[in-house]
Amino acid sequence: MRGWPLIRLLPQKTNFQFVKYARYAAALSVVLCTAAIVACFYPGLTMGIDFRGGASMEVSKPAGQVIELDRVRSAVSELGLGDVQVQGIARRDTNIEDGSTAILRFQVPENQNQTAVVNQVETAISGAVGEVTYSGVSVVGSKVSGELFQSGLMALGVAIILMFAYIWFRFEPQFGFGAIAGLLHDVILTFGLLVLFKLEFSLTMVAAILTVIGYSMNDTVVVFDRLRENLRKYKTMPLREVIDLSLNETLSRTIITGITAVMVLAALAVYGGEALFGFSIALMFGIIVGTYSSIYVGAPIILLWGVKRGNRDKEDLKPVKLGMASRP
Amino acid sequence: MIHLSRWKVILLVLSLLFGVFFAYPNVLSPAQREALPGWLPKSTLNLGLDLQGGSYLLLEVDVPAMREKRLTNLGEDARTVLAEAQVAVNSIGREEGGVIVTLANPAQLDLALTSMRALVSGGTSGVADRSVQRVGDNRIRYAFTDAAMNSMASDAVTQSIEVVRRRIDSLGTREPSITRQGADRIVVQAPGESDPAQLERVIGQTAQLTFQMVDIENSVTEALAGAVPPDSELIPGSPDSGQAYFLVKRRVLVSGENLTKAEVTADQNNQTAIGFRFDGAGARRFGEATAANIGKPFAIILDGQVISAPNIRSAITGGSGIIEGSYTIQQASEMVNLLNGGALPAPLNVEERRTVSAELGDDAVNAGALSTAIGFAIILLFMILAYGFLFGGISVIGLLLNGLLIIAAMSFTQATLTLPGIAGLILTFAVAVDANVLIYERMRDEARAGRSVIASMDAGFNKAMGTIIDANVTTLVAAAIMFIFGAGPVRGFAWTLSIGVFTSVLSSVLVAQVLLAYWLKVAKPKKLPIAE
Repeated sequence: MRGWPLIRLLPQKTNFQFVKYARYAAALSVVLCTAAIVACFYPGLTMGIDFRGGASMEVSKPAGQVIELDRVRSAVSELGLGDVQVQGIARRDTNIEDGSTAILRFQVPENQNQTAVVNQVETAISGAVGEVTYSGVSVVGSKVSGELFQSGLMALGVAIILMFAYIWFRFEPQFGFGAIAGLLHDVILTFGLLVLFKLEFSLTMVAAILTVIGYSMNDTVVVFDRLRENLRKYKTMPLREVIDLSLNETLSRTIITGITAVMVLAALAVYGGEALFGFSIALMFGIIVGTYSSIYVGAPIILLWGVKRGNRDKEDLKPVKLGMASRP
Repeated sequence: MIHLSRWKVILLVLSLLFGVFFAYPNVLSPAQREALPGWLPKSTLNLGLDLQGGSYLLLEVDVPAMREKRLTNLGEDARTVLAEAQVAVNSIGREEGGVIVTLANPAQLDLALTSMRALVSGGTSGVADRSVQRVGDNRIRYAFTDAAMNSMASDAVTQSIEVVRRRIDSLGTREPSITRQGADRIVVQAPGESDPAQLERVIGQTAQLTFQMVDIENSVTEALAGAVPPDSELIPGSPDSGQAYFLVKRRVLVSGENLTKAEVTADQNNQTAIGFRFDGAGARRFGEATAANIGKPFAIILDGQVISAPNIRSAITGGSGIIEGSYTIQQASEMVNLLNGGALPAPLNVEERRTVSAELGDDAVNAGALSTAIGFAIILLFMILAYGFLFGGISVIGLLLNGLLIIAAMSFTQATLTLPGIAGLILTFAVAVDANVLIYERMRDEARAGRSVIASMDAGFNKAMGTIIDANVTTLVAAAIMFIFGAGPVRGFAWTLSIGVFTSVLSSVLVAQVLLAYWLKVAKPKKLPIAE
């Protein structure tokens, strides 16, 4: 029973010199973020049907027969049109839901003719579930109306500003900047991932991004909280060492919480089916990046900026140059 | 901090009771729920459209009716402005996309052109949507531009979607799906056993509100017999208005477009009434009109029905007033929601009403439920493995209580749980675990620093609390803002997240405090089991 509970295996005291590698990490972050921003414009995000709209049609069998929705979904998915939504609906003639009718929504790629795509889809469905009748083919608009989109953006903007203000108020301005920089870093990189793996940007993805923001903030605040405490406790210790100490002290917590979150999301990705796959991958990535950014984005910004630590040690008022300070 | 305080135990028991009380209906069948006595809660989790089926309405935007209405208004505008300029009009005839005004006296053509051109100013987009042309010695064509005619239908659908969404949002966080289909149709889907009749009532009214003067120079009886003066119209009265028909001037004094806010209020007799407030332009026009017509009645018309026709006692310059009538609170608040949501540019006709199953498909919903359950089980297992039966077990109890409280709170507030909402909950569980981890790691720190079991546990709680509060207040601030400013799904996510922040702090911290204090009291340990 020596190794259990497992927490005893995790060394309580670590001495990683995180700050030493901060300049490389910063360079890496800058490069990746720039690449992600560029990628968001070219080739650009793959917008899902929630945002771009597409075509819809009704697929129906005679009353009493059943259309297998999963077969329809996978047959149409294989055409590579992107997000496909298959939803059961009551029969038009009887208004009874007996599984014989479904509504299908799919995207029409920009450079393709709608009629041709519709024919392709019909062939695929007939191949998968046998003879069916098609009706009501029409163009559908996006689920996200202009007003919805604007109000969403505004909500996000105001939320970020207020989080910044709260951290400024509870800590110091540079902590606020550090936290917001970390948050933007995580969101930008998550968008980059979406572009890289051609994951569709849907309403569910919006929730994933909001969740990444929440996790990133939570993680950063925990690290900053320890940093603030240590700054008060060790008034003469150089700033870079206080930062290293705080990061090391919170490391076991960072690892355990991170592992827990990633494990849940891995379960969602493996067992959640197609609908949850992109969503859980994006979240998992966001949480890993969020953990990294608390260590390598938030804290180094405070180091660059310098921080006020009472009147005694004037030296600490000066910002420290990354990787150049002398060790005692 | 670590001693077993009575109020913490009480709080824990109360929250457990709350959880069981409000989450309990979820495990009953609908028939069993109906059989519950009246004082017990019956509401269950409200799943979103992506997770469960609901109702489906296919609506057609009645574009021809809107065109007709707008062309009529065009004629009225011309008639009004020419009457003010004292230009004699022979006739106003309809033609494709506009009207042809025939003047009685060709000498007045220039005067007529000047006054009518004043009508054509840049619309909301800055581009004029109407044009005035001379088409003969005494004829003027006043018409919508081709561009305006072409975009009219499309604009009307776009605008209708926003109005419908605002109206449904005002019913609560129901998270409907509203999409345009084809050229002039809208599909509205609302989850669950949402009341389709209420949905149709809310969507079905155009809510076009106008204030017009009552024509007191001519009699209603003569007009009903067929002699309607050209600048007046016959409009039916609502049952409360006291008259079957009213003869009102066609000219609109102020319309709903100038309304900034409507609210449920009470009149001097404490009867439910509807208060309204106009914007600057509306207030000015209403003020001028009421000042010029003191003692005369004016009609308040909603969707082609006079709902009230009060006499003007004095000039109303403040831009606000109330509409009296015998409304129930329910009727008044539905009307206020309609007015605040804005008028539909065109009537919506329901073409199809059907039931639908979940948007994600039942197979996808089942996979989602299974994977969420597996994920939850993994957290529980991991906490036991990492911190042992005692400390890990306490976290597990906290997480289970958290789950119970979330289900209870979501059922109680009837918030809609969607797939994005579940993302918010995953974050919540991660944060709940985080609270426990923060506390336990602090305890380990203190134990390593050589403190006794009691002292290190006490210090662990005290120091971790500051961090937990800061981290969660930050999240709560963000969630509150997203709830206030966001719409639709963002709002739903924010609500779920806020509930989760409260329940996770309450359950993980409180459970750990009470149970660990009990353990200290009973076991009197010499060593912290999670320390090295």
